[in-house]
Parts: sequence; C-alpha cells; structure tokens
Amino acid sequence: MKTSLAALLSGIVFGLGLSISEMINPARVIGFLDIAGQWDLTLMLVMGSALAFTLIGFPLITRKAHPVLAEKFTLPTKKTLDLPLISGAVLFGIGWGLAGLCPGPAIAGLASLEPGIFLFVAAMIAGQFIGIQLEKALAR
Amino acid sequence: MIEPNVAGGLIGGSLIGISSLMMLLLLGRITGISGILTGVITWNKADGLPWRAAFIGGLILGAVLYQILFGHALPLQMQASGVMLAVAGLLVGMGTRLGSGCTSGHGVCGIARRSPRSIVSTLTFMAVAVITVYLTRHVLA
Repeated sequence: MKTSLAALLSGIVFGLGLSISEMINPARVIGFLDIAGQWDLTLMLVMGSALAFTLIGFPLITRKAHPVLAEKFTLPTKKTLDLPLISGAVLFGIGWGLAGLCPGPAIAGLASLEPGIFLFVAAMIAGQFIGIQLEKALAR
Repeated sequence: MIEPNVAGGLIGGSLIGISSLMMLLLLGRITGISGILTGVITWNKADGLPWRAAFIGGLILGAVLYQILFGHALPLQMQASGVMLAVAGLLVGMGTRLGSGCTSGHGVCGIARRSPRSIVSTLTFMAVAVITVYLTRHVLA
C-alpha cells in the first residue's frame, strides 16, 4: 500500500514535470531533434536539469543499506553492450523521430484525450508484446 | 531558432529528476517508464504490479493536474498522424523492449548510474532520432 502511494505520488510529479516542460508536446521534441531546422533547445534544458538531480542524488541514495519502503535496491544487472541493446535503441530512435513521442510523454499525454495519442499508445503496447517475443526468440 | 521554454524546461526537468530520486529512495527502483509499462501490460503479479500501475496512473494524473493548476489544455501539437503514428508507436514499443529502456530509464536514470549500456543507448537513440527527423523533414519531404 505504501509503495503504491509512493509510486502514485512519484508518477504525478513526473507527469506534472513532463507537462510543465512541454516534453508532452511532440512539436517541442521534434524541434530539438531537427538540428537543420529551427532548433529548439528546450529538451536539452529538461534533460540537463533532471540529470543535475539524478547524477548527484543517485550515488548518495544507493549508498544507503536499503530503500525506505523496500528491503533492497532493484537495479538493472546487465552489463554487456550487446546487439539487442543497440538494435533496440535504433528502432526506438526511428519511432521517436517519426512521431516526437516516447513512452512517458505518450502515456501522460493520454490526459489530453487526443485520439492520435491513444493510437500511438495502443501501437506502443502492441510493439512491446512483439518485443517480448523477439527477446524470447533471441534468448533461444 | 525557436524560442525555448527556459523556465518550463528547467522547472519541469527538475520535477522529473526529483520524481526519479523519490522512486529510488522510497522503492529502490529505476524510473524506467517503458519497463514499468511492460510490467503492467503483461499483468506480472510477481513483480510489483500495484506500484507499477500506480506510477502509470500517476503519470496521467500529473498531466490532468497540470490542466487544473494552469487552467488551460495541455500544450500538444501532433507531428504525425494515422499510419505514421501507428508505425512510430510499434517501433517505440519494440525498441524499448529489445533495448531495455527509453528516455527515462536509460537517459535520466541510467546515465546517473554511470551505466555504459545506458550511455551507449542514449547516444544511439538520440543520434538515430536526429537522422530520422533530418531524412523525413529535409530529404524526403
């Protein structure tokens, strides 16, 4: 219960951040990616200010014996630079560049009730299921 | 150059950073939105379904709260439609699953963990997205 409340609150803060920074707006994202057009550096300010907190805060927090509401930290364990990592980033990059939407802003953007966002999120969920099957096939 | 949203970018980005710190401090988890979503859509009860669903719900509520606080609709100008949006969504879903993360998990959290995988992933998807936008807006358009 406490973990769900903490996650709900964190989600609200994240969604508010995506909205205030306008990262929820595909035009702002494409504006940043379009270096040959009328470049918009807003996304860089967003990444930079988010990283200012996480770069300093993450090492301080993981020094603790355990998180406040859990017995242990659950962090990614993979270390190798492998083909799924790179090919996944390439596919994601193409999709991000085509629509100007990545998972966080797309999900938060559902609050706009814009039909295109619903179409994107539905396709993204279908894509994740395909990705899970691909992962299984590659692991064999 | 388009006028950047400096105040919004700095405040919003800080909120995103603070949210990621809250998740790590309280739950001991990385705020990787594509991964959190995977746990919800696969209904994985063995791996924290309630907190994952709560976070996803919170994301949407945060955007609702913005509209209440500021009294206007979300700033949103779609850049693709129809088939293109569906193709983009499929690629983002497949890519984030295969590549174990997106802008939040690799970009905001992974780089902060000094993870080589996340640094390589972020540089790759950023570069590929820039090339994609260049090709679609300046070469093929």
